Amino acid sequence: MIRSEPLLRAEGVTKRFLGVTALSNVDFELAAGEVHALLGENGAGKSTLIKILTGAYRRDGGRISLEGRPIDPSDVMDAQKLGIGTVYQEVNLLPNLTVAENLFLGREPKRFGLTDRREANRRSREILDQYGLHIDVTALLSTYSVAVRQIIAIARAVDLSGKVLILDEPTASLDAAEVTRLFAILDDLKARGLGIVFITHFFDQVYRIADRVTILRNGHKVATRPIAGLERIELVSLMLGRELKEQEEHRAEPVDVSQKPVVASFTGTGKSGRIAPFDLELRAGEVVGMAGLLGSGRTETAELIFGLAQPDSGTVTVDGKTARFSSPRDAISAGFGFCPEDRKQDGIVDDLSVRENIILALQARRGWAKPLSRKEQEAIADRYILALDIRTSDREKPIKFLSGGNQQKVVLARWLATDPRLLILDEPTRGIDVGAHAEIIRLIGELREGGMSLLVISSELEEIVAYATRVRVLADRRHTGELPAGRITADAIMRAIAAGQPDAAGDDDTAGNPARANQPIREGAA
Amino acid sequence: MTSSRLFPLATTLLIFILAYALCYAQFPNILSTRVIGNLLTDNAFLGIAAVGMTFVILSGGIDLSIGSVIAFTGVFLAVAMGDGGMPPLFAIPLLLVITTLFGAAMGAMIHYLAMPPFIVTLAGMFFARGVAFLISTASVPINVDLYDTLQGLYFRMPGGGRLSFIGMAMLAVFVVGIVIAHFTSFGRNVYAIGGNRQSAELMGVPIARTTILIYALSSFLAGLAGIAFSLYTSAGYSLAAVGVELDAIAAVVIGGTLLTGGFGYVAGTFLGILIMGLIQTYIVFDGTLSSWWTKIVIGLLLFSFIALQRGLVWLSSRRNDAAAAASA
Repeated sequence: MIRSEPLLRAEGVTKRFLGVTALSNVDFELAAGEVHALLGENGAGKSTLIKILTGAYRRDGGRISLEGRPIDPSDVMDAQKLGIGTVYQEVNLLPNLTVAENLFLGREPKRFGLTDRREANRRSREILDQYGLHIDVTALLSTYSVAVRQIIAIARAVDLSGKVLILDEPTASLDAAEVTRLFAILDDLKARGLGIVFITHFFDQVYRIADRVTILRNGHKVATRPIAGLERIELVSLMLGRELKEQEEHRAEPVDVSQKPVVASFTGTGKSGRIAPFDLELRAGEVVGMAGLLGSGRTETAELIFGLAQPDSGTVTVDGKTARFSSPRDAISAGFGFCPEDRKQDGIVDDLSVRENIILALQARRGWAKPLSRKEQEAIADRYILALDIRTSDREKPIKFLSGGNQQKVVLARWLATDPRLLILDEPTRGIDVGAHAEIIRLIGELREGGMSLLVISSELEEIVAYATRVRVLADRRHTGELPAGRITADAIMRAIAAGQPDAAGDDDTAGNPARANQPIREGAA
Repeated sequence: MTSSRLFPLATTLLIFILAYALCYAQFPNILSTRVIGNLLTDNAFLGIAAVGMTFVILSGGIDLSIGSVIAFTGVFLAVAMGDGGMPPLFAIPLLLVITTLFGAAMGAMIHYLAMPPFIVTLAGMFFARGVAFLISTASVPINVDLYDTLQGLYFRMPGGGRLSFIGMAMLAVFVVGIVIAHFTSFGRNVYAIGGNRQSAELMGVPIARTTILIYALSSFLAGLAGIAFSLYTSAGYSLAAVGVELDAIAAVVIGGTLLTGGFGYVAGTFLGILIMGLIQTYIVFDGTLSSWWTKIVIGLLLFSFIALQRGLVWLSSRRNDAAAAASA
């Protein structure tokens, strides 16, 4: 099925943003009649590569050719005319127009110089019939579900372009039946000779639909492999960039926390569509690492714990009393803190000073009726600037002028100022330099020794090994296993992640997996 | 569904029929063709301008310069055809070219400088008004044969009512407006930009061209409205038509067009104009009410329409959630 001459070929593609290399010398090939999955963690360069292929970005280096001819799409329209169509994760159609109008926007059939609605409707029905979609094409797009819109978006892209179809996480908001339907359509398009680039972070989908897979990491291409014969454990290690070696030693000394007080416990807590019900007990003086691939449900777990999303099942107990968090405010007053993953978007307030950013959570906890005096604010800010070694010329400097590592420390200081008993850190070391990285890890250790309970999400396995006293492993929006202190190694975590992937049938790597075999997925009712 | 799309329009129609019935119950004469003819004539210039405003609002923008352009048009024509001695058949096309270019320039600024339409057209409002003052501060009478001929032109309706030339012009503009909105690619693009500018761009809608065209069309129609206004008053005055842009916006919103863009009908704007004219007519018939009651009623109508639209948006988003939940 895969012909020798590729349909689309990219060679040595490079892209820099303000001196930061987002994509470095990446090669990519797509054959006609193949589904090629593109995998990588956040920031690996998937979307940059896609945007270059579709003309949304101009590349800084490298060549792209379509059917052997060099191309240089200047914008999305240009790429569409060349034959490269894209469907984005957020379906980019217009909900205020009808289905037919969406399909024919920009190329309306004409009669006597005026648009011919009847013809557009007729042809729309024809097009959608090919996808097994028999809907009223004169109804507004907004009346249909996301899944139907997704198919309409694909139909438009294929009808418009017809050679290469790029799907950017098309299944992110679809349920299982809808995914099956989508895949049937993709199989059909594949048979018609289209080349399909499929971005996802669901492993089972890669195995179901893809012929080949290309893995990106930190802007570099790691490998392109045919999916047949590729084991999950190998795929995981390619993504996380770690060879399977047993040499990394658990560095955080095992601690016995069974005598320490339970800060919070969650029993059967879950939210359908976000994260399957899980049991979790967090004790003072321990660091629970949460490991898993992108989209495995780590952040969703943290959001449920912190009240950013409300569970639809299970019970939450704080200090032995049942609690309900209807908003993060409740969680904060229970003594929880949360440093989100995307600190630029969710963490720092750009234009406020370091001092103002630090006192934010504390002030919120006290309520606006009891403002901290300027003197108190300054004292708190100075204390944490000193304690966390935040590098800033003075405490009144707007936080946007600080480096990423120092911004992260400010966010950390904000929560430490509230003196939390449970602190959740989501990717605390992402995008910060090596020095700051080591300091954050050291700080996590100190906080634990001080009796705080920490829940840390990280994609850096070595990092988890360095500070976690036990590790929760997640896959496919479920808590699939747990590694106790003393058994935490990067290798063990990786095996546990791979084992947790659904549809692991046919893989023989599960057999040698200690985590799955020995550890209960749920903790016994405490 | 189609029904919810038509709902604001249907509401407007219902309000119009109810209001007319109410007026009719009190003053049966209000249904005569004479009154209807006058209603169309009196609101002709506003109606023409409101068609342009409909396109602007459908695209998610706003045009505050309309009233000033109307005033500029009157003064320009009065002076050019009077002291300037320009033949009307030259002055009028020249004026329409000027106003169209003016609108195109505002559209280009909105697009290329990425400025909010509110600010750009506010500047345009001051600019056009200022130029009108520069030409003449006095009210300049217009005495040309063409105007006399056009003012004398009318269609005699059964019952003795007269459909004046400018009334017919307004009806024609509405028909053309409806065709442009619903049967041309430009019309689709206007709705597309109003729906979601970013998506429209990704789907290949020429944003720059469409934006410039929208404001050019609005200013062209404001020029046309200015001509209708000068025919109506037989004069050009730089202080005329103050606040007409707001009346036009009111007519568009009462006509069921969503202020945030993307939803609405040119035909709805026509109903909006009729409702506003009807309120005025009622006050004239009553004779004891202050004419400011027009403003009060229009204000109340606007409030209720904005509330209605909010409610619809809320309902449809809730239904979408429900649909998503049902399919999930």
